[in-house]
Amino acid sequence: MTPAPAQAGWKFRQPSVIPGFGLTLGFSLVYLTLIILIPLSGLAWRSAALGWSDFWRIITDDRTLKALEISFGTALIAAAINVVFGTLVAWILVRYRFPGRRIIDAMVDLPFALPTAVAGIALTTLYAPNGLLGKPLMALGIKVAYTPLGIVIALVFIGLPFVVRTVQPIMEEIDKEVEEAAATLGASRFQTITRVLFPGLAPAIVTGFALAFARGVGEYGSVIFIAGNLPKVSEIAPLLIIIRLEEYNYAAATAIAAVMLAIAFAMLLVINLLQSWSRKRYG
Amino acid sequence: MEVRAVNVRKEFDRFPALHDVSLDIRSGELIALLGPSGSGKTTLLRLIAGLERPTRGAIFFGDEDASHRSIQERNVGFVFQHYALFRHMTVADNIGFGLKVRHGADRPPAREIRRRASELLDLVQLSGLENRYPAQLSGGQRQRVALARAMAIEPKVLLLDEPFGALDAQVRRELRRWLRDIHDATGHTTVFVTHDQEEALELADRVVVMSQGRIEQVGTADDVYDTPNSPFVYGFIGDSSTLPVKVEDDQIWLADRPIGISAQGFAAGPATLFFRPHDIELLDGCSGCIAGTVVSSRRVAGTRRVELEVGGEQHRVEIELPVDHPAAQKSRVAFRPRKWKLFPTETAS
Repeated sequence: MTPAPAQAGWKFRQPSVIPGFGLTLGFSLVYLTLIILIPLSGLAWRSAALGWSDFWRIITDDRTLKALEISFGTALIAAAINVVFGTLVAWILVRYRFPGRRIIDAMVDLPFALPTAVAGIALTTLYAPNGLLGKPLMALGIKVAYTPLGIVIALVFIGLPFVVRTVQPIMEEIDKEVEEAAATLGASRFQTITRVLFPGLAPAIVTGFALAFARGVGEYGSVIFIAGNLPKVSEIAPLLIIIRLEEYNYAAATAIAAVMLAIAFAMLLVINLLQSWSRKRYG
Repeated sequence: MEVRAVNVRKEFDRFPALHDVSLDIRSGELIALLGPSGSGKTTLLRLIAGLERPTRGAIFFGDEDASHRSIQERNVGFVFQHYALFRHMTVADNIGFGLKVRHGADRPPAREIRRRASELLDLVQLSGLENRYPAQLSGGQRQRVALARAMAIEPKVLLLDEPFGALDAQVRRELRRWLRDIHDATGHTTVFVTHDQEEALELADRVVVMSQGRIEQVGTADDVYDTPNSPFVYGFIGDSSTLPVKVEDDQIWLADRPIGISAQGFAAGPATLFFRPHDIELLDGCSGCIAGTVVSSRRVAGTRRVELEVGGEQHRVEIELPVDHPAAQKSRVAFRPRKWKLFPTETAS
C-alpha cells in the first residue's frame, strides 16, 4: 500500500503520446529568448561595460540606495496590506450573496484596465493637501500626497486585483464539508478560519503577494504623480532610471536597473520556492 | 448514548425533506439509514449532528433536548463521504485536531494528544503513517483517518454519511467488516447512511428504510427482508417480482384463473402480489398456479434467471432456477411462490 519512493535526480516528465512536445518547447524557448532573455542580457552587458568600480559607485550612491529602499519598501508594505484586504474582499465575494456583488466583482478588475497615470492623477487630486481626503487628513496631521505614504496608497490600488484574483478561485474550491468537519470536532468559527481555512489558502495568498509585490516594484505611472518625487524622500527607483536616461547617462540607468532586477529576481525566487514546498506537502 | 428523533420535520425553502419522522436509537447500537437518493436519510443524519436545525420537532441525546445545542456542544463524531480531511495537516494533526481546539483544562497536553493519535492509528490499522499528508494516502486510508479523527473526541454518537460511497467495491467490502469490528470493540452508538442495501443489511443491527422523507420500516435485516411492511420496502430490499392480481372469494386470481393461494383475511378487490424470484416452487401441471412463456433466460452467478410473460396482459416476472434445472429449457413454466405478500392496490394509482 505504500507509494513508490520519489525518484531521485533530474528527469523529464514523460511526454504523452500526443505529439507536440518538441514543437511547443522549441517555440517557448525561442519566444522567451527574444522577448525576455535578450533584452535582459543587454541590460547586464551594458552595465558590465561600466567597470566594477564605477558600477559600485553608482549603486552605492546615497540617492540610488534611498530610491531602491523606497521602491522595495513601499512595494512590500503595499503587498502586505493587499494580502489582508484582498483576502477579505475575495472572502466577501465568494461567501456571501448580496445586492451589488457582481458590480463589486467587476470593480476589482478596474486597476488592471485603467491607465496607471489616470489612477495616479485621480489619487493625487484626492489626497493632495487641498483634496477631498487630503484636507481632513492634513487637519489630523497626516500628509499623504508627496510622501512614501502616498506611494503605498497608489501601489495598494494597483496591486489589489492580483491578490483577489489569485485567492478567489482557491477559496471557491473549499469544501463546505471541511468546515463542517471542524465544527463537529468542536472548533469555534474563529478556530475554523484561522486553523483550517487560511492555512489551506496560504499558497494562493503567497502567490497573490508575490504578484502584487512584483507589480509594485515595477510600477511607475501611478506613483510619480502622487509621490512628489523628492530625491531621497519619495523618489522611486524606476523614476531615477528615467532621470538618468534623460541625462543621457545610460550606464548609470542600466546599473540601477540591473540591481533592481537582481533583487526582484531573488525575492520572487524565494517566494516561488516557498510555494513549491507547500504545494508538495499539501498536494 | 441513546438518541431520539421526535416528530422531526425539516423543510428546505418550504420544500419538505422530512415529514414528521420519529426514531429511537438505542445506546451502543449500529444502525443504518437506508433509502434511495432524496429519501431524507442524509438530512436526518445531519439533523442529529446539528449541521441542520429541524423546522419542527426535537432531537434528544439521552433525556436532554439537544435541538438547540450548537454543533460544537453536541460532541458528535461525523464522517463525511469525501473524507473532509484537513489537507495542510499531517495524519496525526488531523486526528488530534478535535483535542487541540479545546480550551483551558479540557485540552490535554501535547504529549497526551500525540499518544492518543497514535493509539487511534493503531485501532484503524494505519500505524506508522503519522507524518503523512492526506494527499499521500489512498481513499480507503483517508476514510480510516477520518474515522480516527471523529473518534478522537470520544463522541457520544458516531455519524457516518455514506462512508464508503467514494471507494471501489473491494475496499468497501473490506472496510465494512473492519467498521463492524471497530464498533464491536469500542461500543459507540453509530448511525450510518447508505443507499447500498447489501451494506446496510450486512453491517447494521437495525436498518431504517426511508423513502420520500418518511420512515417506511425499522427492523433487523431479517425483519425488513422477510416481513416488509410496505410495497416500497418489498421492492427496495432484495429482488422482487410483482403481479397485479385480484382477491375474490378468499382466493387470489390472476386474470380469470385462481393461482392456488388462499387469501383468507384479505379484503376483496384489486391487489399486487409480491414474491422473491428465488422463493418459488415449480409445478408440472397447472391447476392453480402461475404459468408463463419464457421470454429470456440469463445466467447470474450460481443461478439462472428466467423472465416469464404471464397472462394475456403481458406482465413480466422473474424467477430464479438452479443452473442445471431442466425447466429452463422449456418454453412454458408453471410455478407458485412459496412465500409471498399481498398489498391492496391503491385506487388512486
